[in-house]
Amino acid sequence: MIENKPKLVVIGNGMAGISTVEQILKLTTQFEITVFGSEPHPNYNRIMLSYVLEGSKTIDDIVLNDWQWYADNGITLHTGTKVVQIDESHKEVVTEEGIRVPYDKVIIATGSNSFILPIPGSNKQGVIGFRDIADCNQMLEAAKTYKKAAVIGGGLLGLEAAKGLVQLGMDVTVVHLMEDLMERQLDHQAALMLRTELERQGIKFKMQAQTVELLGGERVSGLRFADDTVLDADFVVMAVGIKPNVEVAKNSGIEVNRGIVVNDYMQTSMKDVYSVGECNEHRGVCYGLVAPLFEQGMVLAKHICGVETAAYEGSIVSTKLKISGVDVFSTGEFIDGPEHTVIANKDDWKRTYKKILLKEGVMVGAVLYGDITDSAELQKLIKQKAAMTDELYNTLMGSGCCGGGGAKKAASVEAMADDEIVCGCNGVTKGNIVDAVTNQGLTTVDEIKACTGATRSCGGCKPVVEQILQYVLGDGFKTAAKQGICGCTTLSRDEIVAEIKAKGLQTTKEVMHVLGWSQQEGCSKCRPALNYYLGMIYPDTHEDEKESRFVNERMNANIQKDGTYTVVPRMYGGVTTPEDLKKIADVSLKYDVKVVKVTGGQRLDLIGVKKEDLPKVWEELDMPSGYAYAKSLRTVKTCVGSQFCRFGTQDSMSMGALLERKFERIDYPAKFKMAVNGCPRNCAEACTKDIGIVGNDGGWEIFIGGNGGIKARLADSLCKVKTDEELIEVCGAVIQYYRETGNYLERTSEWVERIGLEQIKAVVVDNVDNRQALVERVEFALKQVEEPWSKMLNDHDSCSKMFHSVEMKG
Amino acid sequence: MGAQQKTMYHVGTLELFMKQIGRVVELNGEEIAVFRDSGDRLYAVENRSPHPKGGPLAEGIVSGQYLYDPLYDWKIDLATGLVQAPDTGQVKMYSVKVEDGSVWIGP
Repeated sequence: MIENKPKLVVIGNGMAGISTVEQILKLTTQFEITVFGSEPHPNYNRIMLSYVLEGSKTIDDIVLNDWQWYADNGITLHTGTKVVQIDESHKEVVTEEGIRVPYDKVIIATGSNSFILPIPGSNKQGVIGFRDIADCNQMLEAAKTYKKAAVIGGGLLGLEAAKGLVQLGMDVTVVHLMEDLMERQLDHQAALMLRTELERQGIKFKMQAQTVELLGGERVSGLRFADDTVLDADFVVMAVGIKPNVEVAKNSGIEVNRGIVVNDYMQTSMKDVYSVGECNEHRGVCYGLVAPLFEQGMVLAKHICGVETAAYEGSIVSTKLKISGVDVFSTGEFIDGPEHTVIANKDDWKRTYKKILLKEGVMVGAVLYGDITDSAELQKLIKQKAAMTDELYNTLMGSGCCGGGGAKKAASVEAMADDEIVCGCNGVTKGNIVDAVTNQGLTTVDEIKACTGATRSCGGCKPVVEQILQYVLGDGFKTAAKQGICGCTTLSRDEIVAEIKAKGLQTTKEVMHVLGWSQQEGCSKCRPALNYYLGMIYPDTHEDEKESRFVNERMNANIQKDGTYTVVPRMYGGVTTPEDLKKIADVSLKYDVKVVKVTGGQRLDLIGVKKEDLPKVWEELDMPSGYAYAKSLRTVKTCVGSQFCRFGTQDSMSMGALLERKFERIDYPAKFKMAVNGCPRNCAEACTKDIGIVGNDGGWEIFIGGNGGIKARLADSLCKVKTDEELIEVCGAVIQYYRETGNYLERTSEWVERIGLEQIKAVVVDNVDNRQALVERVEFALKQVEEPWSKMLNDHDSCSKMFHSVEMKG
Repeated sequence: MGAQQKTMYHVGTLELFMKQIGRVVELNGEEIAVFRDSGDRLYAVENRSPHPKGGPLAEGIVSGQYLYDPLYDWKIDLATGLVQAPDTGQVKMYSVKVEDGSVWIGP
């Protein structure tokens, strides 16, 4: 049966050939496919070689189709085999060894070769191109033995090679013929910025230098330039360009210009012979980048399978420099001429540059440096020949504040055609992504990556993939996001709190039952949250549910990865006494505490206490709990203040201790940290606290919403007060307002941004009645609490059940 | 499995265990985490998280027959010992039964 299948021979086992085969396989299995590759590898991602050189990927990482893939698809693969000729009269391809393989159709996808300058010495040892895995390995090897490298060519490939060699520890000079780096992709301005950055990264440059000879004996030892100056180098990478690999076509009598000449359907001058990728020349253009090859491959695949297709009309190419930490992008026409309208924005502070070129009001090209988040958007607009509008201008260039282009971006994803390629590295179209999301229910970019390969390589398309994901999920995505506080319910925090109040629900069990939880007894996310909301709503009557507390809050200690705990006794305001220190020392010794650590909040942490020892440790310390484990007031950090410090204007230690005593032990939505400073020198770092207080000569200034953790945020100034009473009152009101409106686990840094500083000011500062009411409510809640360690010690039954194991004699 | 035939050891009364709060039972040097669900059903598993980093299980949050492990929040089916997706693994199970208010545990 197989013999009856038409035979498709693909010459070239690179990205162009194999992506075309992949496209064909999507359409039909009618062909018996044979692939010839000259390299001894399966298809790999050539554009990722820079990352291999840089050390951030391995060769295995960049393999696109492993051996198994060929087997799975019934493809006969000949690696390390060169095809030299297509014999039209016998309809056979001929390999170097003289083996003849019959064909019905042939695809030539031989790519391109490094262009080696025809100058004396270019055949010396230590002179290579940068094109394939073999080159890459040679560079890795060379770096071990040789010190000085020269890279001839300051284009994309040359710079990537140079960066890789610097990374490998070589002293690298890039020799470039032109005035600007990457002059085929960047304008003068962006090129200058790029050069400055790369110099910072350790690459040296010799610009406007024409290499006329490579010096040395058997091995290269240096370069001689047109002005007769010399540069020492024991390793030379030629990256001056590529030339289409047209050998097989030439030998076979196929029409060749610079590349193999093809029409809009990738057909060559020989019947049944196609050519795709860098080896061909379409409408006078030879492309050296990856995106066109996918676009050509798609047209070719459809044509060869007899599926109707639009003609290939050429590609607008974009480039992205693949050097970590250097973001450069350009697309379309990027050098401005008199016919262009130029929109440009250069920011020397942020080191960014953005330029968009218009021709008769239509966007034709762009250059981005430093910040390339708009690259995908620009690429698409330019491809669509979009006319510039005020609206677009605001989206792209910013209207001065907050951007706010989200909705428009979503709309433009919608306008994108299904067969438009989103991921240029892996040839994934918008349609592929939409299908994957809809058919397989994907919800994250990572899932899309695993499923389609999009974003798998350079990652440049990630913003668009995200936009497509959002666009496909659309309202579903929004309802999913609105879908309540966890997977057990569709209700939001506000809805739940409202229902609890309206229906008078008293326990987490009741809430989950009445409000129709999908998992009857909830999960580790909603149970602690409900327990908090109930306690906040009914401070006097809610019975705290230990079984709905996270381990730390249930045990009143912080669990460590080995199952031991830490104990932090209270030291109000970070002030202790010799007596307390002695006690801490004695207990630490007696219970074999592994480490005694001073915490970031000015407390002492006894680390490594066994679970069963916790009650005894608490009892013998005979100090209140420091709440280091709780969604509650952790610490009030203080500076020395006016008692001792010559700069102090306020008594920060006393005020800190007072506030800590006053507002400890009630539950907060999340952990809560405060600081009190005696003067604006701010030694206790008020700016990173939930409430930060800074003393001055005439009173206090209150800051809220600071955070020094995962998402650092400087606190906002809420107000200034004159008296201590006022200070305590405002703190109490802020705390209660946060308790009443905060989402469980939401820190004040997020809460302030969500609620808005102005709103908080209005409620706790400006509206005095409201402030009083909040203070009353927080005072009421504060009256209900008890010191947790002594409470546990007094509850012998729970204490033994929670802290002691049952020992059995087997 | 076929564990019913093995020796069972008497632990004590059901009252030793709080509802939805785990407790460790030590048997021949092994730590067994015992959980009593809201319907008084008991589960006994090795007190060691199947997470690669290990750690205890007894202090997790119990919901129905599921446990959310206290250190890494993995969801574990206490009836089968199986870790729920997206994580994978299985906790070692022990047989446990309640008879006339007495709890028995066996390997």
